[in-house]
Amino acid sequence: MAEKILMKGNEAIGEAAIVAGCRRYFGYPITPQTELTEYMAKRMPQVGGVFLQAESEVAAINMVYGAAGTGVRVMTSSSSPGISLKQEGISYIAGAELPCVIVNIMRGGPGLGGIQPGQADYFQATKGGGHGDYRNIVLAPNSVQEIVDMTIQAFDLADQYRNPVMLLGDGALGQMMEPVEFKATDTVPSIKAWAANGMRGRTQPNIINSLHLQPEKLEQHNIHLQQKYAAIQKNETRWEELYTEDADLILVAYGITSRIARSAMEKARSESYKVGLIRPQTLWPFPAAPFAKYAKTAKAFLAVELSAGQMVEDVRLAVNGVRPVAFYGRTGGMIPSPKAVYEQIVKTLKERGGN
Amino acid sequence: MAEKLFSRPQSLKDVAFHYCPGCHHGIIHRLVAEVIDELDVRDKTIGVAPVGCSVLAYEYFNCDMFEAAHGRAPAVATGIKRSQPDTVVFTYQGDGDLAAIGCAEIVHAAARGEKITTIFVNNAIYGMTGGQMAPTSLIEQVTNTSPYGRNADSAGMPIRMSEMLATLDGASFIARVAVNNPANMAKAKAAIKKAFEIQINGHGFSMVEILSTCPTNWGMSPLEAAAWLEQKMIPYYPLGQFKAPEGVAK
Repeated sequence: MAEKILMKGNEAIGEAAIVAGCRRYFGYPITPQTELTEYMAKRMPQVGGVFLQAESEVAAINMVYGAAGTGVRVMTSSSSPGISLKQEGISYIAGAELPCVIVNIMRGGPGLGGIQPGQADYFQATKGGGHGDYRNIVLAPNSVQEIVDMTIQAFDLADQYRNPVMLLGDGALGQMMEPVEFKATDTVPSIKAWAANGMRGRTQPNIINSLHLQPEKLEQHNIHLQQKYAAIQKNETRWEELYTEDADLILVAYGITSRIARSAMEKARSESYKVGLIRPQTLWPFPAAPFAKYAKTAKAFLAVELSAGQMVEDVRLAVNGVRPVAFYGRTGGMIPSPKAVYEQIVKTLKERGGN
Repeated sequence: MAEKLFSRPQSLKDVAFHYCPGCHHGIIHRLVAEVIDELDVRDKTIGVAPVGCSVLAYEYFNCDMFEAAHGRAPAVATGIKRSQPDTVVFTYQGDGDLAAIGCAEIVHAAARGEKITTIFVNNAIYGMTGGQMAPTSLIEQVTNTSPYGRNADSAGMPIRMSEMLATLDGASFIARVAVNNPANMAKAKAAIKKAFEIQINGHGFSMVEILSTCPTNWGMSPLEAAAWLEQKMIPYYPLGQFKAPEGVAK
């Protein structure tokens, strides 16, 4: 039995990656995820792996492209401005269908922004981020234990679908310490017959590539990608819901914000307000199903984010105009208190709850 | 009995090149392929193609290949080599790819002493996009983005990448060659072979810069282009070996 140990979120990602069999890490220091880069610098040599501090995030993601193309499990990590730099490489990785894990411990933006927690990279993470029609699988943990579980899951999903998987956290999750348990995984590493790791007796070369100059072939490639994304939407959408069945108002929040929303919901319940919570665990694919379902019973929805309103657009698409969708957010590294969210609950119920 | 004296190297696919008449890429591809054959490493060689005229190199080399983003081939090669240390990894890059957009990647791959080999084709112009100025375009050279000739005041002086990279301790072997006549071709092949051998023997980064013509975008016949390379390029980009490990002959 694995015992529980106290670990910082950033370091837990690193250890979970090692448990998942990742032995290649390429990164560049940036606050508030630097502990992960440092952890990998310390741990990789101990487990016979490779740690390389790249000259830039651009170089790091292209090292990931090279490593992933040879069939090994590989990870990079950064925070918002650095993730912007990686977008070119992520688009190539998606186009060439390479499995890898990219960690974004978000901070406030735009530009250099700040170093405090933020959730303003939702659009970038879930709508592609770089050029072209592609999707990252985006996982959004809300505890250090879930960071561990989702990091391991991220490698499996990446291999299964030959797709980049982004673990989307924020500065608060990266910095907080909680007890965690590393469960042994029974994952059998998949055989990657497509990998370009030297022909080694193979009769035909393998080619890792995202270029298709003939429009007919590029369209076929895009159709193939879209079919893959449809399968991911069907099979891999995950969310958690609390007190939704009888709720008049359903809160929607992910990551660290979902914990604040939950505290506010519990206070509201104690005051006899019928409030529930939907917490998307996959941001792409976005869990539209529970919104379609509860749009029939709830009177309104309230999205809470550390942004000026990004995920709320997907909530509105999912609710599809059947019920009002309100929004409350703080930006710049400011984090709303449970009391502030509670006040928004009361206000939303008063204005849009029909009471 | 007839003896076969000349055939396609095994490391080249039986595919027609798309290169323009008089362009040196075809010759350079063949020399690289001959070296891979002679060293008998095709089965464990992984090449990285760039963005530029040789973007389709992955269609031509008969070994495992990657197509990299513009300028990023040395980073991709780093990821490959660090994941498969028993392989022979080479990048094939042009002057825009290596000396402009990918300058950071090549400098740091060399500085780290990555055990990879870079084939750097310098034709002093952007070929694929149709003849724009490269970092290696010569002073007064007319291109579509230097229509009045490259002016040092606004565009700076052409970069000598071999000399620059040879200053780095991580670079084990750096040479500049040309393929404009049979004697130079023989020297070019010897340098390419040396560069691959240095990687195989576990030394650090190796690069061969190869001066090349671009008749189409230089607006010259192939013969005029060969003469321009001889008369204009070689004086500014002297041929020779700039760095070699101890014990490797000049």
